[in-house]
Formats: sequence, structure tokens, C-alpha cells
Amino acid sequence: MNDQKKGVWVAEFGTALLFVLFLLPFGLVLINSAKTAFEITQYPMALPSDWGNFTGNVVKIWTSEAIRYPSSLLASFLVTALSLGAINLLSAQAGWVLVRNKTRTSSAIFLLFIAAMVIPFQIVMFPLLTWFRLVSKFTGIPLLRTYTGIVLSYVGFGLSLSIFMFHGFIKSIPLELEEAATIDGCKKHETFYRIIFPILTPIHATVLVLNGIWIWNDFLLPLLVLGKGNRIQTIPLAVSNFAGAFVKQWDLILTAILLAMIPVIVFFLFAQKYIVKGMVAGSIK
Amino acid sequence: MPPSLGGPGFSAAWGAIMNKKRENSLIFWLFLAPVLFAFLMVEIIPFLMGAWYSFTNWTSSARIDGGIRFVGLDNYIGSFKDPAFGYSFGITLVYTVMNMVFINFVAFALALLVTSKLKLRNIYRVGFFVPNLIGGLILGYIWQFVFNNAVPALGKIVPFLSPLSASENLILGNNTAALMALVAVGTWQYAGYVMMIYIAAIENVPVELHEAAMIDGATPFARLRKITIPMAAQAFTITMFLTLVNSFKQFDVNVSLTSGGPSTMYQGKPILGTELLALNIYNTAFLSNNLAAGQARAVVFFFVLAIVAIVQVSVNKKKEIEL
Repeated sequence: MNDQKKGVWVAEFGTALLFVLFLLPFGLVLINSAKTAFEITQYPMALPSDWGNFTGNVVKIWTSEAIRYPSSLLASFLVTALSLGAINLLSAQAGWVLVRNKTRTSSAIFLLFIAAMVIPFQIVMFPLLTWFRLVSKFTGIPLLRTYTGIVLSYVGFGLSLSIFMFHGFIKSIPLELEEAATIDGCKKHETFYRIIFPILTPIHATVLVLNGIWIWNDFLLPLLVLGKGNRIQTIPLAVSNFAGAFVKQWDLILTAILLAMIPVIVFFLFAQKYIVKGMVAGSIK
Repeated sequence: MPPSLGGPGFSAAWGAIMNKKRENSLIFWLFLAPVLFAFLMVEIIPFLMGAWYSFTNWTSSARIDGGIRFVGLDNYIGSFKDPAFGYSFGITLVYTVMNMVFINFVAFALALLVTSKLKLRNIYRVGFFVPNLIGGLILGYIWQFVFNNAVPALGKIVPFLSPLSASENLILGNNTAALMALVAVGTWQYAGYVMMIYIAAIENVPVELHEAAMIDGATPFARLRKITIPMAAQAFTITMFLTLVNSFKQFDVNVSLTSGGPSTMYQGKPILGTELLALNIYNTAFLSNNLAAGQARAVVFFFVLAIVAIVQVSVNKKKEIEL
């Protein structure tokens, strides 16, 4: 074996080892989800003595009143889906009129959206709660602890980046396309929904991925707007609530964590290509 | 109406143009209305309220219509006098710098590995990327288990690691070690994501450059230094910015991994040993029930982040040209 070949084997083996180490924490979650609390504290690194414990732990989490896993999963799904739907439709619309109107108002509004990207959530989070409470008091529309409030928040915090992405793409769509539609008798708004909206598919995918991963995993915003232990709680809220109440009961906490990870991992395996592409595109723009 | 120039035909055409214009501006505002509304509701109004509140004695029980009093710079002065805030500031800077260095170093090394001719490179890419998909909160709990249970167990099995199994040597029980643990988890969390950005940059380097250099007898290391790194300069600006901002704002992992603990003494006051700024802001507002002080700290946080980020981007931009 010559030196170069040896080098290739070292790289091959080293990377494989690194890969295993990288994913080892997930492996630990998996094997310890199939143990009793006693077994975990005694042999956290060993394979489970009886994989049958796994079903028992899953059933415990699934039916636990403390975590309410099925309803949390549903809430996470609803919050993410509703927010994504609203963000994608509304930011695409906004991006389009901002590109196609070259007035001073238009560029000022665009600039305002972009500038807002530097505002960290921390600076608005406390007044947001007071403001939501105030609005609810005067309009009677509850915003705290409701889907309305959290979806509105995600639209507000997610639109800057999304409008920016749509704006960049729409600039490259030739205006002739829209003019042709107008000549054929298409109304302005019809031009958008029928001609432009379908062309935006690749950007929709990117915007869905970027916002989807953020919203699904987000903890601080739901913690403030929905609150811990209320009727509507997303998965991260449920897990933190549960881990706080069952300190050191790792058999249950790790099973809860495993169940919380499964939806993301399954989704990732199906949409891997789009997710990686979307996240890289989102960072570079 | 404009002055009639050419009879009925002209005014009809003028009318059509005016209609078009009206339709245009109607659609403009209709399409923008929802996002402007959401933006006003969650960004602009809370931002302005927050700026004002940081100069008042705002508490969670106070109502807007009464009970809020202007107190000048008291919240800011009080925050700077609080050792816990100064300490949080310090460790957040340490955490951010270490995170930036480690994440980018690891990510670049991984990117070089998985852009070489390794057989399973596509699987490796996916594997390294996976931690980034799971929320920081959940990752923190997983690593809490690793540090509190798996590592001591390892100490029992492996003889030369035996000090790790002693309960007084728990990694999360020691300030410095716990802060390093936060850096380790942060690196694990973000390296795969940053790696993907580097992969895109490395794969964009024209193959001809490498071929020409190889003909001239350049070593792999020389090619890395003279071709790959300069060509990826733009990616460095982006990744540095991303890791800087994300590390500075870290909250989720901090909550679930250490909850800010363990306690320690600093300037004669008991404080939390790994409480990063975002957590300090949150705890000031809710645990100490001092919303106004928390808000003032958030304002400081905002300005520091903005200034540091601007400095970083302009320094990197300059480097981009030099390379």
C-alpha cells in the first residue's frame, strides 16, 4: 500500500469515527428510551436489557397528562402550518408589489422591513405581551394563549426575511410576462395569483424550510405568547414543562425527547434536498 | 380632470390610464396591508413601547393608563451596577468568541473532509447536519443527560477517565467546565449547518485552478491556503456573522443544559455561573419581577449586538478584498 492510499484510508476511517461520535448523543437517547429508570442510572452506556421497555415508555409518554403529547404535536403542527401558509402568501404578495412599484413609498417600506431584521427578539418580547394584553382588552380578541396571537407573531417576525427572499427572486422575472397577461385581459391581482405565484415555487420552498425549522423548534416566543402548561402548547414547551416536572426521571424525559425528534427526522428524510438547499440559500442571501 | 385636448376619444383613454393607476395603487396597498399590520403589531409598536418602558418603573402588574412613572436612566445605571449583568456580559463575550472559533474551525474541517473523495461523503454530510434540525431546547436536555449520566458512566468503565465518575467532578457542576460544555454543544449544534455553507463555497472553486496549481507542483496544503480559503472569503463573512449573532442570542440551550447554573460568587454577590445575556434578561424580568430593568438590558443587548455585528462584517469585507 502506498502513502497516498494509506492517507485515503485514514481519512475514510477518521471521518466515519467522527460521524459516529457526532450522532452518538442521539443513539444514547434511543437506547435509554428502552430502559427503566434504575437501569439508566446504573448503565447509561449499555444496550437495554429488554427492548420491550421501549413500548411501555412510549405509551407512558403518549398518555401522560403532564406532557399531553398528542395535543402538543397537533398544536405544533397547526402553529407551524398556519404561520407558514400566512407568511408565504402574504410575503409573496408584498414582495411582488414592492418590486413592481418603483415609488419612494415603496422603497421606503422595503427598507423598513430589511432594517427590522437586525432587531433581536429580546428587545420587543416584554412590551409585546403588554401590548397584546392591551389590544385584547379593547377589542375583545384574545391574543395571548391563542393561535391567533402566535400566528400573528410569527408572521410579524418572519416576514422581513421572507419578503427579502421573494423580492430578490421577483426582480429577475421579466416584466413582459405580466404585460402580456394584462394585454390578454388579466386583472392586476389575477396576474399575480395566476402568473407570478406559480413561478415562485423554488423560493416558496426556501422560505418554507427556513421559517418551518425556526417555528417548529422555537421555544422563547411560544413560552411568552402561549405560556407554560396552558391549553395550547407546542412540543418544545411540552418537553420543557415535562422535564421541569419530572426532574431526573430520564426514562420518561428521554422517551419524550425521542418522540419530539421523530417528526423532524422523518420530515427531513423525505425533504432532505430542499431543506439543505433552502437553509444554505437563506444564509447566503 | 385634465384639460380636454382631443375630444371624447382622448378623455376615454385618459380615463383608462387613471383607472389603471387607481387599480395599481389599490392593489399596492391591499397586498401590503396584512404584512404592514403584522409588522406594526409585533415589531414597531412593541419596539417603541420598549424604548419608553426602559426609562420607567414598569412592572408586570402595572397598567399603561396609570402607575408608570418616568425614572430616567435608573434602570440602565442599576443594570450596570448589578454584578450579575456584568458577569453575564463577560461570559457571553467569551462564549461568543469561542463559539465562533470552534464552529467555524470544525465546520471548515468537516467541509474539506466531505468534499474530498470519501465513499460515504453524502451520508456524512447529512449526519453532521442533523443536530441543526432539532431545537436547541431539546439538544440541551440530551447533553444534560450526556454530561450528568453518560460521562460519569464512562469514567467508571475506562480506567484513565476515572476522575470523571466522581460526583464532585461533574462537568455541569463547575462554572468554567459548564461554560465549555455550552460551547461544545453550540459547536455540535451549528457546525453542520455552517459546513453546508462552506461546502457550497468550496464546490464553487473552479477545478482548473486546482489543476493548474497541481501541475506547478503545489502541495495540498498550499492549494488550501492559496486557493480554497481566499476563494471562500465571502462565505467566511457570512458564517462569521451567523455564528456571531446566533451565539450572542443563545437562550434555548442555556435554559435546558445549565439553566444558568451552578451558582457562584462574583464581586461579593451570589450569581448564576453560566447565565448568558439572553437568559439574564429573561430572568431579570420574570424571576426578579423587574420588567423595566429587563427591558433596559434588552436595549443594551440590542446596541452591543448591532455594533459588534457591523464591526465584524466590515472587518471581514476588508479581508475579502485583501485575500
